[in-house]
Amino acid sequence: MLTLAIPPEIVGQMAEQARAAAPIEACGILAGREGCVEKLYPMTNADQSTDHFMMEPAEQFSVVKDIRARGLTLLAVFHSHPETPARPSDEDIRLALTPGVMHVILSLADPSRPVIKGYEIVDGKTSPVNVVCA
Amino acid sequence: MRTNEVVRFDMLLKVNGEEVSLAEGLTVTELLKDRRVKMPEMVSVELNGRILRRSEFDTTSIAEGDKVEFLYFMGGGRATD
Repeated sequence: MLTLAIPPEIVGQMAEQARAAAPIEACGILAGREGCVEKLYPMTNADQSTDHFMMEPAEQFSVVKDIRARGLTLLAVFHSHPETPARPSDEDIRLALTPGVMHVILSLADPSRPVIKGYEIVDGKTSPVNVVCA
Repeated sequence: MRTNEVVRFDMLLKVNGEEVSLAEGLTVTELLKDRRVKMPEMVSVELNGRILRRSEFDTTSIAEGDKVEFLYFMGGGRATD
């Protein structure tokens, strides 16, 4: 099983972003090295929807170039489920198109206790990723 | 060289930050095929800093020294109970 290590301060940033955006879905990109996240890029949810997210291509291009300039790797796409569990929806699976990227979902179903889970989604097949706060 | 031989020269360009050598005159659609993009309708393409409309993929040719970036849409939706 793949492992993704996310430092506590970045977990905190993700939860804060998700809470601030709720009931809209929040989204972001996690970049780092060798499975260890070093930076969260909060992204705009172009759909501004409570049950869907889509990143802005111009923002994506800008972030991908910044990741490259810093010598980092795009490790994972992050988004929140404001009211539902942290498991991939059919839409998450359908739109998991970028090769080699993990998918991290933060659930605010219980707002006082955010739940973060990670997945690898390849050709429509989902397998869990071991997400550790470290 | 025979006079009726068709010759395609290679051009150097940058694709997603990496220098690559490709046949001169490729369109964006052909470039995506060369890069083994499975679902070209689900990618955004930036050519020299300008994001292309999908309708331009077939008609836009890549030239020597161009900088091309492409990436897949990133999106999703919530789980249903």
